[in-house]
Amino acid sequence: MSKKTKQKLLSYKNAPLSALMAGLVYLAAIVTFAVLIFLIIYILVNGIPYITPDLFALEYTTENVSLTPALINTIIMTFLSLLIAVPFGIFSAIFLVEYAKRGNRFVEVIRLTTETLSGIPSIVYGLFGLLFFVTALGWGMSLLAGAFTLAIMILPLIMRTTEEALKAVPDSYREGSFGLGAGKLRTLFRIVLPSAVPGILAGVILAIGRIVGETAALMYTAGTVAQIPDSVMGSGRTLALHMYTLSSEGLHTDQAYATAVILLILVIVINTVSAQIAKKITKGNGNGEN
Amino acid sequence: MKAWSEKFMRGVFAVAACASVLAVALICIFLFANGIPAMKEIGFLDFLTGETWRPNNDIYGIFPMIMGSIYVTAGAIIVGVPIGILTSVFMARYCPKRIYPVLKSATELLAGIPSVIYGFFGLVVMVPMIRNFGRTLRDMGIIETAGNGSSILTASLLLGMMILPTIIGVTESAIRAVPAQYYEGAVALGATKERGIFRVIIPAAKSGIIAGVVLGIGRAIGETMAVIMIAGNQPRMASSIFEGVRTLTANIVIEMGYASGLHREALIATAVVLFVFILIINFSVALINRRSEHE
Repeated sequence: MSKKTKQKLLSYKNAPLSALMAGLVYLAAIVTFAVLIFLIIYILVNGIPYITPDLFALEYTTENVSLTPALINTIIMTFLSLLIAVPFGIFSAIFLVEYAKRGNRFVEVIRLTTETLSGIPSIVYGLFGLLFFVTALGWGMSLLAGAFTLAIMILPLIMRTTEEALKAVPDSYREGSFGLGAGKLRTLFRIVLPSAVPGILAGVILAIGRIVGETAALMYTAGTVAQIPDSVMGSGRTLALHMYTLSSEGLHTDQAYATAVILLILVIVINTVSAQIAKKITKGNGNGEN
Repeated sequence: MKAWSEKFMRGVFAVAACASVLAVALICIFLFANGIPAMKEIGFLDFLTGETWRPNNDIYGIFPMIMGSIYVTAGAIIVGVPIGILTSVFMARYCPKRIYPVLKSATELLAGIPSVIYGFFGLVVMVPMIRNFGRTLRDMGIIETAGNGSSILTASLLLGMMILPTIIGVTESAIRAVPAQYYEGAVALGATKERGIFRVIIPAAKSGIIAGVVLGIGRAIGETMAVIMIAGNQPRMASSIFEGVRTLTANIVIEMGYASGLHREALIATAVVLFVFILIINFSVALINRRSEHE
């Protein structure tokens, strides 16, 4: 090992530029990961002392800015958005992978629009939600309007991950099923989809992460009321929006730190779970024929 | 019976596949239908090149906001692109195998952290830092006004950080897609590892890297909440990087809550301008990807 390192260092003797570039590469990597670690530790250190039982009180009041209503709204919002986006996302991916012929014009259009959707900034979604769901359809600022807006936003993500999961299912599975006399639909629901579930799940969890962290798209669609609404037609703020309001009001900085901790931990957990599932798939494929 | 259900479900899948097409169509229709009339009323040129934004006097010029978006995006590129590309070189070529999975999920986490958290971090850490930095420079006589910390510089640094995962992800896969022989050939001819990477691999991965950078531009220009919290949001032309700016996205969020009438439509028109920017960016990414597929 040390001999190898020595040799490596010697080879740089006549190439100062290479040594410089190597240094820059390491420096850049250190900067990237140091920034991430610093951000996480800074928020944790400043926020954890302020996580008090009051923060989880059932009622939000102006004196005690409890995050429980916002947390419950986030869960409702996540559930609603997934309820809308997941069936559409999975079905369209099935159409693209299993049914559509290659080079079909219609498929090209779908791909182009999906790419477009994934590049649109969240504030544009928010504005569209305000114009369409809130105003044109007359839903008012409500969880439902927010959920539909978010559903459109996460649709391309779910489509793409489902597509990749379906493509990763070996064709021999399908052929075997057809060979045993199963129809296309039966093959799809009994053979192909079950083997694609982990990939789809990883995508859905990533989508949950986006929903939990979203603010700009929800501000003018779901609104900023800090209570749990009576129905999905009522307005309510999610955790991320709650945090934004706290920090922009500037009256409850300590609670903003604490809320940031909860939000950050939530996102880290979601990311880890998604990564674990994704890792399992690649391992599974390694043993198979892919 | 069976054939019927097969056909029916095929129809269901096809209809579901139309959802994204319908969504894009609706977004275009509603934005343009609400925004274009306002632009006409204000006057296209007055709207796009007007340097004054004073809704109380019915003066709507979004040129400062367009420049604001361009300034912070350019800043983010200057900060984020070199670090991002070098980090992806590290990930693809230098990183020890054992710590690679950890670092890979770290970059994914970087992408998953909500923009409010970035914004909050910027607000409590970077704004005071830049404020002190500005004051020091002013005391040394290098710049004239120090600003209060919420500035183009702060926004550029934070956005540069936020676009890192996008650039790292795309660039790393572009680097990995370069055939191994290219690098091996270079090394066999006596090139050092770095010469092989920066003279052979990077040029070969050029189009993928450019696509990553353009995607990063898209993220930076569309970022809203983080920018609002740290960029100062003054709707006027900035003359130094220590001054605050308002971006297109910030303009919409800040005033949409209380705007009505022409003011409200002018904000929607602001979103139209932003949307057109994004469409151009998306289109160029698609073009770059398609061209690299043909190569």
